[in-house]
Amino acid sequence: MTELIEFISSNIQMIYIVILMIFVGVEIIGHVPAVLHTPLMSGANAIHGVVVIGAILVMLDSEPDNILALSLGFVAVLLGTLNVVGGFLVTDRMLEMFKKKK
Amino acid sequence: MDYVFTLEFIYLVASITYILGLKMLGNPESARRGNIIAAIGMTMAILGTIFLFQGTVPKLIYLLIGAAILIGTLIGWMVAKKVAMTKMPELVSLFNGMGGASAALIGLIEFNHYSGDTLSTMTILGGIIIGSISFSGSMIAWGKLSGTIKKPFRLPSYNMINNVFLVALVLFATYITWTSSASLVFLYLLFLGALAYGVLFVLPIGGADMPVVISLLNSFTGLAAALGGFLYGNMVMLTGGILVGSAGTILTFAMCHAMNRPLSNVIFGGFGDTGSDIPGSTGIKGDIKKTTVSDVAILMNYSQKVIIVPGYGLAVAQAQHAIHELEQLLEKRGIDVKYAIHPVAGRMPGHMNVLLAETNVEYDKLAEMEDVNPEFQNTDVVFVVGANDVVNPAAHNDPSSPIYGMPILDVENAKHIIVNKRSMKPGYAGIENELFFNQKTSMLFGDAKSVIQSLITELKGMS
Repeated sequence: MTELIEFISSNIQMIYIVILMIFVGVEIIGHVPAVLHTPLMSGANAIHGVVVIGAILVMLDSEPDNILALSLGFVAVLLGTLNVVGGFLVTDRMLEMFKKKK
Repeated sequence: MDYVFTLEFIYLVASITYILGLKMLGNPESARRGNIIAAIGMTMAILGTIFLFQGTVPKLIYLLIGAAILIGTLIGWMVAKKVAMTKMPELVSLFNGMGGASAALIGLIEFNHYSGDTLSTMTILGGIIIGSISFSGSMIAWGKLSGTIKKPFRLPSYNMINNVFLVALVLFATYITWTSSASLVFLYLLFLGALAYGVLFVLPIGGADMPVVISLLNSFTGLAAALGGFLYGNMVMLTGGILVGSAGTILTFAMCHAMNRPLSNVIFGGFGDTGSDIPGSTGIKGDIKKTTVSDVAILMNYSQKVIIVPGYGLAVAQAQHAIHELEQLLEKRGIDVKYAIHPVAGRMPGHMNVLLAETNVEYDKLAEMEDVNPEFQNTDVVFVVGANDVVNPAAHNDPSSPIYGMPILDVENAKHIIVNKRSMKPGYAGIENELFFNQKTSMLFGDAKSVIQSLITELKGMS
């Protein structure tokens, strides 16, 4: 029990963010027309590419002689970048089609 | 200004761009700008992370990071720019899998650095499990959508096996955490187990449900990214990850709602019960009526109102430009032409709209299901091009059908129904369609593009 209280009090900021973000996510998506479901999913897909920041941090922190960590980190950064770049570009290509015609 | 503050500030701005971007993506007017705004935020956050890092980092590591980003950007750019619009859904799945893999790899590397710290170990193992499931699941979904993996594959009583497997994974992770084990063998076993679970999880699900699965795995990857944010106390990963996790979950439910099926039904097998005897495949017998291009051309030429029902077959045949030309030709002769778009036409919700918009079909010619359904009874000709399950009356009439309850386009109310298909092969859900045996239905076999082009030629010959 004390551990739980300690956990909550030492991470209270992040817990706030998690809870508020859950509600923001729910509110943002509500009542979106079905037409936009695919681009929206694709856009969200690009945003979770933020995981690449974690991969970069891993590499910045690792010792230069730790070959395993460096090579896994390299792959992680590469794949994360693919997620970000590919995700945003594909979404843009989809949305290009929706542009207003005169 | 000190570096830490600047970086935190950049992260804050980036988080705001994600929220704004997602919000703007929900509206056709602002969607494209929204995507660009989020992309700018992401770029800022990534550059900030690299250049405002506190501590001395050997040049070699900077070089490696730069190389990884460069290669990732090049490949991502080429793939995203080159792939045909019809292949977009599987591409989203592919990129999603990359994100999941990245999250899992982070966990694998960081495991040793945090051994002994219960909370961090839990976070890391959670990231490995969720990221791996998302990766292998997305790869299977990608294979299914691109047609590499054809049939749903099911182990006997696969639902029980999968559930037991998942519980075993969680228990194993708990064991590793509890005993503060630093065993790398255990870690890699968990990793492989999670990968296997992702495969088992997606394999039994029918191809028609892949969009829902991808959306679900999308929110999984979001969660995995958020766990990484929790581990590092990195706010932008936390906000971005949780935002996608929660938005993705809601989107998953919205998609299920559009197909009128509960999520549990998708995952634990609405189509799962069809294993041995496929309902709907029996019982429908009868003759189909074939027709010719010239007959259809005459029929259309003397109609007042034509509704086109495009499906994935149209997309595969790349016939969207031809159908637009046909529509314009008919319009010029004073015939009222519309497209009836089922919410899940194509392979993903909204996929068909994207494809038709590409050919400059006017936005208001695309009618949504609820609006167009009452119009079918005043329609002379319904032209179904490469669509199948979304016009299958079994969804209304046959409680034993796997698609029973799914809202469909009520094309059978029209005076004439012309169905263009390549063959009598059943649609994506793998079930027969009694519409084809309807008295009012005529089948026009052939590749959508060449059939529509000959229709246009034929129509031009009349006046």
